[in-house]
This record gives sequence, structure tokens and C-alpha cells, in this order.
Amino acid sequence: MNFTLDLFYIFSFVLVSSALATISARNMVHAAMFLILAFVNASALFILLGAEFLAMLLIVVYVGAIAVLFLFVVMMLNVDVKHENEVNRKRPIFILVGAVLFAEILLIIKFSTVKFYETKTLFPTPTEISNTSAIGNVLYTDFILPFQLAGAVLFVAMIGAIVLTIRDKARPIKKQNIAEQVARNKATSLEVVKVKSGEGIDL
Amino acid sequence: MNGLELQDFITLSALLFCIGVSGIFLNRKNVISLLMSIEVMLLSININFVAFSAFLHDLVGQIFAIFVLTVAGAEAAIGLAILVIYFRTNRTIEIKDISSLRG
Repeated sequence: MNFTLDLFYIFSFVLVSSALATISARNMVHAAMFLILAFVNASALFILLGAEFLAMLLIVVYVGAIAVLFLFVVMMLNVDVKHENEVNRKRPIFILVGAVLFAEILLIIKFSTVKFYETKTLFPTPTEISNTSAIGNVLYTDFILPFQLAGAVLFVAMIGAIVLTIRDKARPIKKQNIAEQVARNKATSLEVVKVKSGEGIDL
Repeated sequence: MNGLELQDFITLSALLFCIGVSGIFLNRKNVISLLMSIEVMLLSININFVAFSAFLHDLVGQIFAIFVLTVAGAEAAIGLAILVIYFRTNRTIEIKDISSLRG
């Protein structure tokens, strides 16, 4: 047997199992941990493919930032886990939807007549330099505009997250109080003022 | 490439994507695990990009995977910020209870 192929099967098995555990875990902290396991295995697959830079990026960005953000929010919100006993009747239908989607994609992969290997290569991977410097050579020259736009997206996301979560005395949280709304009447909300001509009104 | 096939990677990515989609459908608990399902789907797309990039010897796939990563980070940050303020006002993030926008 081929050692690389064995590694591929091991990593993809753990990846798929941890993804399944992520979507089915009852405890949100466990789900975030399984998400981290999935990311680490995906980065191992990237190393198998020869994309070392993206593998390291996946660990730094996903495990170091996004998964920790998830863990932080899960622990800060302190969501209580309710063990609901009611059986979701639609669950088999939803699983069937996923299975049918997968079967259709498999059919396309199996019987596709697109000849991928005959397409034109835009930026051929250089063999004499490392993956990281090859990506740098392309990213900072031909893709400088999309790169800057990606930075702008991150900047806007950062400002948006700060503006959304900041607590401000001048901009308090607006809640709807239905009882207060219903209890409004003419006496408490309406005032009739007689305005004299030429004097104006002081509200 | 050492016995690896492009089809294996595409199949793996399709399987992960379908797991993410079913995760969104099946989820009855809270919005955080819905966001996690979206992360799984984005990861599967990244695997697809990198596999094609490696097998076609073309760097553009890896460049695009970096941009997908960027968008995933921005989406997670904004989504979790919205979640935090929603929890602050309503003290719940259960999907069943988030129906105040329903007509």
C-alpha cells in the first residue's frame, strides 16, 4: 500500500467524523473542539497536497482566531443546554436531503466529461522555489487589487463588530415593551397647544 | 501525485459540504452551531480549491483559497457580534425563539 494514500484516508476519515460530531454535538464547547480537530486535519491534507503556506494559514487563522472566537462567545453567552425530548419528525427528511445532494454531486464527479487537465494554466506552480515564496510572488503582483480589497473587507468587519457590540450611554439598547405600548392613551401622549400669532412656540 | 487522485479530494469536499448543509437543516438548538456548519462548508470549498490548484499545477486556486479564508473570518466576526447583541437584548439564541421578524 501507498503511504501517502494511507495518510489521505486517515486524515479524511478523522476530518469527516469530526465534522459530523460538530453538527451533532449537544454541548457547544465540544462542537467548537471538534471544529478545531476538523481544521487541523484539513491542514494536514493541504500539506499532503503541497500547499504548506495555506496549511499554516489554516491553523493560524481558523484554529488561532475563528475557533477561539467561537469558544469565547460560547463561554461568554453561557448558553444552557436544554435536552429536548421531543423527537424532530422532519429529521429523516433533512438527512435524506443531504444524502441526495451528495449522491448527485457524486454522479457529476463520476460521469463528468470536462477534461480538467487540458485547461490552460494561468499561473504555473514554479518548481524551484518554495510554495510560500511562489504565492507571495503572485499575490503581491498580479493579485494586489483583490488582496487590498480583502484587507478592506476585514477592516469593515472589524469596525462593524466593534460598533455592534460597543455599550454606549448615548445609544442604549432599544427594547420593545408591549405592555407600555398598549397602555398609552390620549392623556399621556397627546398635548394640545394654543399658539399665539407672531410669538412662536416653545416645545 | 503519489497515488492521490483528484476525484478523492472532490468526493471528500462534496461529503463535507453535504455535512454542512445537513447541519444547517438539522439544527434546532442555537445559532452558534449554525455558524459552525457554515465554517465546515467554507472549509470544504477551500479543500476543493487547493486540490484543483495542486493537480492542475496552477497557483490561482491557492490564492483564491486565501480570499475565502478572509471572507470566512469576516463572516464569523460579524455573525458572532450580532449574536452577542441579540443575546444581550433577548437573553436567548435558540432558533425557535428567534421569530420576531416573522410576518
